[in-house]
Amino acid sequence: MEIFLQLLISGIATGSIYALAAVGFALLWQTAGAINFAQGEFMMVASFIILGIIHLLGVGVLPAFIIALPIVMFLLGFVFKRVLVDPLLKAGDFSLVIATVGLGIFLREGFRLIAGAFPLPFPKLVPDTVFNIGGALISANEIAILVMSLIVIAALQWFLNRTFIGRCMEATAQNTDVARILGIDVDRMILYTFMLNAVLVTVAGMLITPTYSAKFSNGEIFGQVAFMAAIVGGFNQVRGALIGGFLIGVLDNMMAFYISTQYRTALPLLLLIIVILFKPEGLFGRREERRI
Amino acid sequence: MKTGLDTNIHGKKLVKQTVHPAWQAIKLGSLALAVIGLLIAPFSLRNYGLILLCLWSVYTIAVQGLNLTLGYAGQISLAQAAFMGLGAYISTLLVQAGTNFWLAMIIAAVSCTLIGALIGFPALRVRSHYLSFVTLGFNGLIMLLIRNEEWLTNGTFGIRNITRPSIFGLSLDSNINYYYFCMVMLGLVTLAVWFMLRSPWGRAFKCLRDNPARAESLGISVTNYTLLAFALGSGIAAIAGVVYAPLIEFIEPAPFAVTRSLMFLLMVVVGGRGTLVGPFIGAFFVTLFPEWVRFLDDYYLVIFSLMVMLLIRYLPKGIAGLEPIIAQRFIRKEAA
Repeated sequence: MEIFLQLLISGIATGSIYALAAVGFALLWQTAGAINFAQGEFMMVASFIILGIIHLLGVGVLPAFIIALPIVMFLLGFVFKRVLVDPLLKAGDFSLVIATVGLGIFLREGFRLIAGAFPLPFPKLVPDTVFNIGGALISANEIAILVMSLIVIAALQWFLNRTFIGRCMEATAQNTDVARILGIDVDRMILYTFMLNAVLVTVAGMLITPTYSAKFSNGEIFGQVAFMAAIVGGFNQVRGALIGGFLIGVLDNMMAFYISTQYRTALPLLLLIIVILFKPEGLFGRREERRI
Repeated sequence: MKTGLDTNIHGKKLVKQTVHPAWQAIKLGSLALAVIGLLIAPFSLRNYGLILLCLWSVYTIAVQGLNLTLGYAGQISLAQAAFMGLGAYISTLLVQAGTNFWLAMIIAAVSCTLIGALIGFPALRVRSHYLSFVTLGFNGLIMLLIRNEEWLTNGTFGIRNITRPSIFGLSLDSNINYYYFCMVMLGLVTLAVWFMLRSPWGRAFKCLRDNPARAESLGISVTNYTLLAFALGSGIAAIAGVVYAPLIEFIEPAPFAVTRSLMFLLMVVVGGRGTLVGPFIGAFFVTLFPEWVRFLDDYYLVIFSLMVMLLIRYLPKGIAGLEPIIAQRFIRKEAA
């Protein structure tokens, strides 16, 4: 039971990171129709930018994160949208998928050249101490991850549901045409969504990288988890992507302990196939009509 | 002189388009030159170059398969490397268990076609991009299986000493013989794809690509034909794998990873999706071209991926898409 609790909490902690990346992925898809196959690489890039700031300025993780935020928002939000997405969206989403696949490889190989092929240590949010809560061993870092991502998720929910801009963005995500009719500046909202995605990948990158160390190839795993969480949960609702993230985090952890470490990543993949087979709109998504 | 007829939808005027005979001659000439070049290549190349050309042919076969899915059915598959790996492992294991090589090839191709149909079915029922997600997951799953089921696949150590087959009593052990075998397989697969595209099936594929809504209204089941294209494409990937294993004489999980699938996807796009020559060009830029620009070394993939992004922006039909543009030039010259 203690072990179950321990696995559950660390699973929720990891899952909360997946949830952040999944929400960004889902928002981009819904708002701009852009499937970002470079989402994992975005997390990798954000973590390297934070790491670079830590080394250059000699600051801690959190200040570095705050300095990195506008840089990432500019590069992976504004520049990504203006330079790559805007010209291609007119040509259809197929071109964009290919372009993001290309961008993913570009970023991965680019950072292999810049940072080398060896993993670099990435500082944790808080120093390592382990708490014993009713027999379950929980590290301070897991608690910090959980607190941090819950704050971000709460802020995100507040922003999307309670602020004017947030509601406009949500409206654009739900139905672009109606949003435009209602007088919402759709293009601006799409730009904001890209910026928001950049914020989410920065937070997710900062929280997950200590576990894996900063490495150019990290994006491959991160990206897969992000889109699996989004689809399993239901990408057309922010709620769905969030729950999908937590679900995959917890299942992944349980699988590794109770069944097999070698096949830990197999479960999310199977879950993905099962969801697409039986409930394609996702476990918590809204049913959609089929488009040709 | 080859002529083609074009009418506008109102049938107002028949515009006669003529392709300049010089352009036809250039095209046929370069094709003949390429074939002759490939035939005499073994006499001027050392083993390394020969193996590279074989690898190019193997990749071209796999890309031809993906081109069916991507270029004609308009669906993105990110498991081409996994199907190639399945083909390589299935055939190698069967041959080592005493099965005839050719029978093993057929079994590998058929089973990959069936697996493709199996995983394609749920994905294609739903939304446009689900196939890409399912196949991405599938590739990961296959990698896990190959890595972890060591009793069968020897895990990350791979399978060594794969013997090369013989054909009509002619041994393919030597690199030159195996080279010709690769080229024959490449030719056969290309011919098969060509015939398929000329058949009613193939015309349905093209119709799907150009106008899915219209295809549906004409009674072509979009889902079934897309599924068929994807399944056949997966089967062709398996054939590429079957040829690959005895070529390298060693298989391990790494060459069949997701990264390779992504590269296959980019090869289709660079070469020109939906064209028969596209895969040849696409595979060329990933296997052979880097050898000429050795000085780029680690920068090659960065430049290649950058090139893909520029290409999809300015030349979305890929390098083969240049052909009609150049052909147009010839028409203008004639008119002037």
